[in-house]
Amino acid sequence: MSGLVAIPIIPGVNCEHDVAHAISLVGGESAFVHHMEATLPSGTQAVYIPGGFSYGDYLRAGAIARFAPIVAAIGRAAADGMPVLGVCNGFQILCEAGLLPGALARNVGLRFLCQDVHLRVETAGTPVTHRLKAGNVLRIPINHGEGCYTAPTETIDRLEAGNQVLLRYCRPDGTVDPDDRESNPNGSLRSIAGVTNEAGNVAGMMPHPERASESILGSVDGLPIVESLVKVSTTAGVA
Amino acid sequence: MSEQHLHRQLGLTDAELAMYSVMWSEHCSYKSSRVHLGRLPSDGPQVVLGPGENAGVVDIGDGLGVVVRIESHNHPSYVEPYQGAATGVGGILRDILTMGARPTACFDSLRFGLPVEAPATAVAPSGDSGAADDETLRQRWLANGVVSGISGYGNAVGVPTVGGEILFDPTYAGNPLVNVMALGVMELEHLQRAQATGEGNIVLLIGASTGRDGIGGVSVLASSGFEAGDEEKRPSVQVGDPFEEKKLIEACLELFRSGLSVGAQDLGGAGLTCATSETAAGGSGGMDVDLDAVVLREQGMPAFEILTSESQERMLVVVEPGDLDAALDVCARWEAPACVVGRVTDSGRLRVRQGGDVVCDVPPASLAEGIRYDRPLARPARIDALTARDPSAELPVVTEATLREETSLLMTSPNLASAEWAYRQYDHQLFLNTVVRPGEGDAAVLRVMGTDKALAVALDGVGRYGRLDPRRGAALAVAEASRNVSAVGAVPIAAVDCMNFGNPEKPEVMWEFSEAVDGLTEACEALGVPIVGGNVSFYNETSGRDIDPTPIVGVVGLVDPLPGVPSGVGFEVLGDLVLVAGATGVDLGGSEWAWWNYGVVCGSPPAVDWPAERAHNAFLADVQRAGLARSVHDVSLGGVAVCLCECALAGGVGAVVDTTAWAPAISLSAALFSETSGRSVLSVPPGAAEAIEHLAQTHGVPIFRVGEVGGDSIFGIPLADLESAVTPRW
Repeated sequence: MSGLVAIPIIPGVNCEHDVAHAISLVGGESAFVHHMEATLPSGTQAVYIPGGFSYGDYLRAGAIARFAPIVAAIGRAAADGMPVLGVCNGFQILCEAGLLPGALARNVGLRFLCQDVHLRVETAGTPVTHRLKAGNVLRIPINHGEGCYTAPTETIDRLEAGNQVLLRYCRPDGTVDPDDRESNPNGSLRSIAGVTNEAGNVAGMMPHPERASESILGSVDGLPIVESLVKVSTTAGVA
Repeated sequence: MSEQHLHRQLGLTDAELAMYSVMWSEHCSYKSSRVHLGRLPSDGPQVVLGPGENAGVVDIGDGLGVVVRIESHNHPSYVEPYQGAATGVGGILRDILTMGARPTACFDSLRFGLPVEAPATAVAPSGDSGAADDETLRQRWLANGVVSGISGYGNAVGVPTVGGEILFDPTYAGNPLVNVMALGVMELEHLQRAQATGEGNIVLLIGASTGRDGIGGVSVLASSGFEAGDEEKRPSVQVGDPFEEKKLIEACLELFRSGLSVGAQDLGGAGLTCATSETAAGGSGGMDVDLDAVVLREQGMPAFEILTSESQERMLVVVEPGDLDAALDVCARWEAPACVVGRVTDSGRLRVRQGGDVVCDVPPASLAEGIRYDRPLARPARIDALTARDPSAELPVVTEATLREETSLLMTSPNLASAEWAYRQYDHQLFLNTVVRPGEGDAAVLRVMGTDKALAVALDGVGRYGRLDPRRGAALAVAEASRNVSAVGAVPIAAVDCMNFGNPEKPEVMWEFSEAVDGLTEACEALGVPIVGGNVSFYNETSGRDIDPTPIVGVVGLVDPLPGVPSGVGFEVLGDLVLVAGATGVDLGGSEWAWWNYGVVCGSPPAVDWPAERAHNAFLADVQRAGLARSVHDVSLGGVAVCLCECALAGGVGAVVDTTAWAPAISLSAALFSETSGRSVLSVPPGAAEAIEHLAQTHGVPIFRVGEVGGDSIFGIPLADLESAVTPRW
């Protein structure tokens, strides 16, 4: 009996089927949860908020979705230590909801970007990186118009000091240069591609691990992230 | 006596007049084209539904069907590029949805005027005055606006844009083309029909509210040409809301899957008028509609406005009375507004009421069937004048000493530029089906989840060929799109066509159209590819000037089974042998080289040798199936010279090539730049060369060893120079 990964369906998200597919590839079980639900399904041991365009991303990406009842339920579960991963729009929603620090601004080139990027694992051992080692380089696609991670300098210093920087955009060899538009195409501050909350159980990242889940799609580098979340949910209690 | 009653006594009501006006428009009724379209081959063992439906349906086995459709949104995109393109995407997605399928992929074929100035050697390409500075800037604005619109809508609605092409020619400066193709894969048992059947059944209008946007769009924009100052037509362009469409898609799919829908029809061109009259005519024959129930964006909209509004993101769904509550529940769960606007009757009349008045009472078929013209045809005088000229006589003789310079200049043509600036802005991976991404192969390859099959899709069409010979231009579009899908290992199974032509009231334009239909017919019959759907866009003219006849053809191929990721187009491994497959003729008429480098567009476009074309396609598919080649790239615009440059750029490795190796008997210019159909460039590991040559021999395809992969240049042109030549400056 494996634990259940809840996938909240907020109107306008569109990666839910892809996420469910990737979870099944690593042997996990998932369930879609309607955004008006005020509680997570019983047996839920982790949450994967999929990408897309909740409420059309009108106003600001994630700004309206944060008011969905299911997001409040996720907030409560997160406070109790449940692993939560938000990808792309899911990351934006977590930031808007105050469950993660910082914000995602328009890409520096002001254009939407769908392309592969390289990521360096900065913090291993979290619920989404415990199958990886710090320094691992992953090739995973991004797909966003608002992915430029930004926060006050003090916040970013604090994130770095507290091992809350999960992933950074990097070159294929793992070197990081925030000013290099090739490797850090959206212009994120200090090339930050993913962060966690202080407790480490809530994680957000702009790249889509579910899109790098089969070799025929070009990369399997996202699988360890999906697997980390699923395996945490099956063993439970890791946070 | 109210005004409506007075009009009734005099004849048609205002609303009826408006309804006939939009339904009998060129866009909705195909009145000028229908007498010709019947000639297209649309039958095949795999065809489930052909032209005339919202979308074509092709059986791919295992109970699955591919639903495919192409449509133009040219005029709206010229008036307002972002919204024009955005709503073009939205409209075609609803066509796929109406059949019961989730739209899972989009492809775009775009045409604009020149975004850069033509080279000095080609003072007047295409006989047009070269693009002036502000004109190139305007074309860049159009191109960027259209691409942003496709990106903005397609990404947000959650349908990936996985392929397409962008070409530039002064002929499109006053009339860009935005052709959008979409497809979905569905279980055939869930196929929906656009029929309002069952007397007493309830007609639901689902989705966005109805406003004053796009009123009469099909007649104001889509069925007339442009004059100066046509910005005034902007209110006729609809505004898209991808979030509404996303909710509409989810709600409708659930209605279809759960069997709650009896029939469905999207509201596109001609809005409620089209959806009610077509479903009634195709179903029980009658419908009562109550306009007071339609949710409006503003008060005081008269009946004719509500009936002809082209507000986007709306769908008509017919349900049985007993299923109404369940259907409304589904809509509510997806937050897609729904209201009961009418009932199916067997009265044989489409009766529409507003405020107690009957504002329309006509037989629905009289609206839906439209009218039919057999317009006069006349061969344009220009054709004989252009084809009588021999392009070789007007072009310089290329030598080993000048080929480098000629090729370098040619590679600066906007038509050979990298399209990465566009496709990077498109989500091209959603649904985890994209095996060959944009820029990676001659066609997009999408696996069919849950099977070991894949679909390959390519779009093609060169207006310059059409200017010289519309019949050949159309045939070449089918040939190239079929070759593209073959090059990634697929067998072409179906085609859709989007016919972009000028003003059909001119006999010369109608002749071009008729010729193009014959060209499509010839090609599709020769290659065994049925046309399962299409769209005709006439009145592509500005200030009386018609565009070059431009049929855009989308071909769907089936890879069954998909052996793995097909070989790409790039040279990658040092020491691999470079081969050219297919025979090269002297085909410089309408060629990219003659046009871009010298402004020469004359002679005849290449004639296709159909048996050779078929053999070459079969050869390419076998090469991919057997995994014999490291790279496969079809030869098209710019000939073998450009093809070799593209292979080198794609893989990042150059090649050393003997330019006399594949066509020693003809001039070097023709060997390099001829656009003869049925050819490809392959790179293969030395050990596999004999096997490939043997395979070519079995198919009767001539094949030549022409060089070796290696170095960082091609024809002595450094790859870095080529890279900057193909980097867009817009």
